[in-house]
Amino acid sequence: MTAGILLQIAQTLFAILLAPLLLGWVNQCRAWLQGRGAPPITQPYRVIRKLFHKDAVIAHHASPLFRFAPYMIFSCMALAAGIVPMIANDLPFSPAADAIALVGVFALARVFLALAAMDIGTSFPALLMVFFTASLISQSTELPAIVESLAHREFAIYPSLAFAAVAFWMISIAENARIPVDNPTTHLELTMIHEAMILEYSARHLALIEWAVALKLFTYSALGIALFLPWGIAPAGDWGALPLAVLALFAKMAGGGFLLAFMEAISAKLRLFRVPEYLGTAFLLAVLGMLIHFLLEV
Amino acid sequence: MQINTQDWNLKTIAPHIWRGQMEVGQLLALAHAVKDEGGQLQALWGSDDRHLNAGYSIHVAFHAAAGLAWVSVALASEAPAYPDLAHIFPQADRMQRATFDLLGIKAEDAVDERKWLRHGAWPADTYPLRKDFSAAPVRELDAYPFIQVEGDGVHEIPVGPIHAGTIEPGHFRFSIIGDRVLRLEQRLGYTHKGSEKRFEGMDLNTGARLAGRISGDAHSAYAWAYCSAVETATGSAVPPRAAWLRGLFLEIERIANHLGDLGYLGNDVALSFGFMQFWRLKEDWLRLTARLFGHRYLFDCIVPGGVSVDLSDAAPLLAEADRLEAEVRSLKAIYDEQAVLQDRFVNTGTCKPEIAARLGLTGLPGRASGQAWDIRVQFPQAPYDKLDVNMATHRKGDVFARSEVRFAEVYETLRLIREIIRQMPTGAIRADLTATDDVREGLGWVESWRGPVIVAVRIGANSRLDRVHAHDPSWQNWPLLEIGIIGNIVPDFPLINKSFNLSYSGQDL
Repeated sequence: MTAGILLQIAQTLFAILLAPLLLGWVNQCRAWLQGRGAPPITQPYRVIRKLFHKDAVIAHHASPLFRFAPYMIFSCMALAAGIVPMIANDLPFSPAADAIALVGVFALARVFLALAAMDIGTSFPALLMVFFTASLISQSTELPAIVESLAHREFAIYPSLAFAAVAFWMISIAENARIPVDNPTTHLELTMIHEAMILEYSARHLALIEWAVALKLFTYSALGIALFLPWGIAPAGDWGALPLAVLALFAKMAGGGFLLAFMEAISAKLRLFRVPEYLGTAFLLAVLGMLIHFLLEV
Repeated sequence: MQINTQDWNLKTIAPHIWRGQMEVGQLLALAHAVKDEGGQLQALWGSDDRHLNAGYSIHVAFHAAAGLAWVSVALASEAPAYPDLAHIFPQADRMQRATFDLLGIKAEDAVDERKWLRHGAWPADTYPLRKDFSAAPVRELDAYPFIQVEGDGVHEIPVGPIHAGTIEPGHFRFSIIGDRVLRLEQRLGYTHKGSEKRFEGMDLNTGARLAGRISGDAHSAYAWAYCSAVETATGSAVPPRAAWLRGLFLEIERIANHLGDLGYLGNDVALSFGFMQFWRLKEDWLRLTARLFGHRYLFDCIVPGGVSVDLSDAAPLLAEADRLEAEVRSLKAIYDEQAVLQDRFVNTGTCKPEIAARLGLTGLPGRASGQAWDIRVQFPQAPYDKLDVNMATHRKGDVFARSEVRFAEVYETLRLIREIIRQMPTGAIRADLTATDDVREGLGWVESWRGPVIVAVRIGANSRLDRVHAHDPSWQNWPLLEIGIIGNIVPDFPLINKSFNLSYSGQDL
């Protein structure tokens, strides 16, 4: 049990500390693909450090919620990072956290961000549907059980999982405010979706939000890996398998990050009223995945 | 039918430019005649002539089928007023309001009598362009009565004047219903610097430096228009090679701006690849310009009497033009095949040819909306009279059309640059201006990359500038942006705005 708790703490810290690295990697790939010199992979760390050293500017009429929200958002993301099996499976948090709770944690962060900025629109129903497809195969909504059953049964091609994987990719793009749904580097306030919500934040608050954004991307990547490419993850309590698990995670994330940057480099941002169509497609794919599971795999 | 110069007592002062004086009563008749033959009002401004033993004057530049008619009407020194022209040419509305703010010359019976350039930086009953203006600056609140749109579910979004990016200030007030824009109202004038007042008393050479800085991205066009106005006024001739070099500078400026805008259009739909590539090309172009002529944006290369730098070796420019053309063609293929980009461009921010004609859309956005006017084509001055410029036009009037016209103009301009280098005569590049000791007037009219730029100049008896008016095509085109956005969604506004890319500084003066 102690070992489990240690591993749990280690994994959460691991995610918090390494999340900006993934963002830095994606930014680096993006720059290369656009044919320009890339910032160092550690740039997100420098940005966060710089922001922590600045004095916060807060509007006079801002409510306590406004100051409070960045801490909530960061905590939610840290909690989510603790729940998703990244390097080891079956951690102590696992019994408390199934896929539905995870979606709830993401939703909580979004609610706080939205409350602080009065945002609208979300894509959570489709995300739940993806989990359900995977859950149906493994007969559980608990993430460790899904991962366990997918990673350690003999290799078989699940058509339903392919649909779910595509749907998950599309939702992750939308949720992480990436192209073609949102543009993380825009400077035009009228085209911002995510950026508009954090426009008023500065200094440590902004640092926490930026860090949480990196952590969210990291957690989503880990989640995608856990659901669709779980091979290599360490079984519960097996310290010996950890180095290999970490290496496998690094390799998969590097590949995923490059793919994300590549997709962003070749696409432009959708017309805003096409975004519901985009999310609708993701939802449809997720439902199709579920139906195909019932038709072909039960 | 064409305007008869005899009937209106107009005399030619430069190729395709006429000058005339008339009574207040004739002004409306001329405006109707211009409208009837499909012409447009290009510029409207006033002047304080009391030190010349007169009252005030209102000046109007009409662009008719055969040239530009610059007419002036002498007005009383007490309560100067002239008949409203905005009911014939709607584009006159903001120019009339600005003329009142600056000089107290009133358009009688105008529908819109709100202030335009005055933001509470000077008192309401003082007029900074009057010669006897001496009021201290004030800091009033800019209580501007925006037009309210009322109804169920109508919601107002104020944007600016301070924006999230590093761009010029302008206030945009959207009235929306659901996601759609019902109405956009602009409030400009935040970059009013008193440029026209600053000209007063300047010597002619310093004036060229200021004229080029009215709107820095169109430096060569403004400097050329100013210099040609001064040369017309003083009756000075420009060496042939200087005229060709001016053409070369104007076309180099056009390329730089079009490349930048095509990149920005990609960036506004989050296709950073396009942004980076076009800006790489623009940067290469600017560096070459700096190497050849000493300044990235050719500042102060066009001077009264000619140009200040010569082209010594054309080879690098020709080589770069070839490379640029190949690269732009391959980038255009990428833009053309990018489905999402095309989806964003097509049918976004449409200004139909009919409304463009009615409201006087001009310049590049005008050509993208079927308004086939280009000074270089219809009213060529040296060197364009030897060049046979091909005009790029489109009829769709949307973001796509404006980007197509930009691409076409890049190719055509590269051809012109080669042609200019091939045909350019040798010889001197600058001549002295003829000295004058009486009051002289002149006007320059140049097709900038944005559209026609007009600079009108009056030189006093002391050979110093007495009154300079610089007119940017953005005056006419800003109101069309209000039309183009209707029915679109607010997040598409930056893209539409960028496809026009109008000047704030040029119209705020």
